Amino acid sequence: MSKFSIFIIPFCIGVLFLLVISVWKYWRWIKGFDKLQRAIIRKNIFTWRFLPAIWEAFREGLLHWRITKKNLLLGYMHRSLAFGWFLLIVVGAVQASLGYPDGHPLWIAIFYNYFEIEASPVDFRHAVFFANLMDGLLLYVLSGLFLAMFKKVWSRPLGMKRTTRHTLTDRVAKLSLWCIFPFRLLSEAVTSAIHGNGGFLVKWLGGVFESIGLADPALEYTCWMLYSIALGTFFCIMPFSRYMHIFTEVFLIYFRQLGVHDSDKKTGYTMFELSACSRCGICIDGCPLNRQLAITNVQGVYMLQSIRNLELQRNAEPIAENCLMCDRCVADCPVNLDLSIIRRQVRIKNKVAIDNKGGYEYLRNIHPFNSIGRVAYFGGCMSHLTPGITRSMEAIFNAVGQKYWFMDKDETICCGRPLLQQGFEHQAFELRRKNTEMIVNSKATMLITSCPICYQSFKKEYKLSIPVMHHTEYINMLISNGQLKLRKDDRKVTYHDPCELGRGCGIYDEPRNVLSATTTLLKTKEEREKSLCCGFNLGNPLLDIEQQTKIRDAARDNLLAPNPDTIVTACPMCKKAFTRAEDIPVKDIAEIVAGNIINP
Amino acid sequence: MKDFGFTISKGRSLDLDNLQQDRVDKLLELVPSYKLCIGCGGCTASCSAAGFTDFNIRRIHTSFLRARYDDLDKQLQKCMLCGKCTLVCPRGVNTRALIINMRRILAGVDSVTVNEEKGVVL
Ligand code: SF4
Ligand code: SF4
Ligand code: SF4
Ligand code: SF4
Repeated sequence: MSKFSIFIIPFCIGVLFLLVISVWKYWRWIKGFDKLQRAIIRKNIFTWRFLPAIWEAFREGLLHWRITKKNLLLGYMHRSLAFGWFLLIVVGAVQASLGYPDGHPLWIAIFYNYFEIEASPVDFRHAVFFANLMDGLLLYVLSGLFLAMFKKVWSRPLGMKRTTRHTLTDRVAKLSLWCIFPFRLLSEAVTSAIHGNGGFLVKWLGGVFESIGLADPALEYTCWMLYSIALGTFFCIMPFSRYMHIFTEVFLIYFRQLGVHDSDKKTGYTMFELSACSRCGICIDGCPLNRQLAITNVQGVYMLQSIRNLELQRNAEPIAENCLMCDRCVADCPVNLDLSIIRRQVRIKNKVAIDNKGGYEYLRNIHPFNSIGRVAYFGGCMSHLTPGITRSMEAIFNAVGQKYWFMDKDETICCGRPLLQQGFEHQAFELRRKNTEMIVNSKATMLITSCPICYQSFKKEYKLSIPVMHHTEYINMLISNGQLKLRKDDRKVTYHDPCELGRGCGIYDEPRNVLSATTTLLKTKEEREKSLCCGFNLGNPLLDIEQQTKIRDAARDNLLAPNPDTIVTACPMCKKAFTRAEDIPVKDIAEIVAGNIINP
Repeated sequence: MKDFGFTISKGRSLDLDNLQQDRVDKLLELVPSYKLCIGCGGCTASCSAAGFTDFNIRRIHTSFLRARYDDLDKQLQKCMLCGKCTLVCPRGVNTRALIINMRRILAGVDSVTVNEEKGVVL
């Protein structure tokens, strides 16, 4: 009998449309890669890097491992929908090719139970097993769907306090997705009511339908038609909705494994990132602006939306500006999107009119100090407001007999990162050029800095050929190679991870090692990647002091909870922020260390 | 200006006829904390850029209010946005926002606005 029926048409149109639009979009985006990104791809494309990419795409795209680590139930929900549907397609295709050894059109696999009767395929050996397996998979997907509906009503059990507010397109797409699987079950059950085929689930429901008189060919046809329309609608709307992330994430993972990263201008790669965001909303809950100030429309998901969506583009600037650049959302995002870099792209675009070379001619009059055999020490602007830190560092250098050049002792040039964070890329470049020239000409062998902002800048934005260390790393190195001898006192301390040092540069263990060697270090509830921003960082130009204080207080409460004698941090800005609260002593790691030196 | 028969050196005169009140209003709307400034000079004393030149952030914001626009933008370009001034200000004036927004207003580009409850005004 026929392998064709009119109802497959919506499905086929949907698939074709999806294919054409996706290829067109991806082609355009790939053409939009910048020179550096192309060079990286060309260099690495014929290497084995696709192997880890396949593994990561499987782990994240289908199993949703990172989400599972955050919340088991939420992970299950995403996995059952993604992996479950994937398996339905794959197993369905195997089932169809076993049932039709002489070949079959594409749609047979999708509407198998209908054509199985109509076109009577061969009765292959494990047909019953496959029918049951397909039913099991459908049940698996349906369980995820049920959880997704449940999450809409009550999201707490799935580990989310707030969920995303979606655009109309996304809501229509979701509705059509949600229709697909129940319609499939209904269609198969009605067919089963008439012909008695299917696995355990479909047969059982078919039996029920038969007993209430639903074994009607017209109804059967209608159900399959609805199923096909749901599929077709979903595929047609998919390229313009959040569900485009399903394919895009795979591409993004591959490019990332090849070594591509985002730049300061919006590129084709940025388009991949924009589209790889699943709008899961995981970035909302952790954001301090949401938690402490109830500002709920600026987080990663809305920022990306405002760039991607033409009607919302006028919001892109105010959204991009209102952010601490604390990177908490970056740490939380299961797709690992470079949210802060994309945000900075918007800021840079909005500063074009006022960003020039800056009036930094005055820097011409500073000169480097001949530092052959010395290390260069860069305190950073903020450390000059906390002289205890720079004094302690000088004491430490002296204790180990290390000759040093205190680069910004009298004349403080900024590293340029605060300017860059606000989008002044050209002005920041001028400062970087001056500092680089000073460091290179001084011939110092290493650069040590006390400010995590400077550290991140020197490490990532400068291209220095000498090692760059934050003072926590440096002190840790001195302790482990035995140059610095410290005594342990009986203070109990908690440690605050500065955003720029922890999430920014991944320095979590060094400060903890140093503190364990000198004091008793207590654990706090939210530390390391989950550490809370002190609120006073330079990322957000819009907050007023009361708002900053609220954010600070939350971070302070977290640090005070285990009842320490002292709060310790490793950033002059955080130190200032907590000192202002005037609760208990606040120290920088360098100060703790300098007070406990027992070197002869 | 009316000639009263005595001379004033140009550098010391303020010509309030030049004052563009809309600029001031806009600045105060964008950076409300500016109303709190008491002119103490803490920002100037701590300024990184002032360590090299006569750059004077307090004088700049006074100039803006007193219609001395001449070389204001050029002066403002010396700022490195390092944030020391903001951190030392005893009145909690958001001096960095002041600088960025003054530059925007002088260049005639629109700025973002905030609203305390809702975050950004959309
Ligand atoms: S930015 Fe990341 S965490 Fe936020 S919605 Fe998109 S994928 Fe989810
Ligand atoms: S960087 Fe921090 S403040 Fe900005 S959106 Fe992310 S979590 Fe919120
Ligand atoms: S430190 Fe603050 S109050 Fe003092 S002059 Fe500067 S802005 Fe005004
Ligand atoms: S932010 Fe600008 S005005 Fe303020 S201290 Fe730094 S250089 Fe000076």
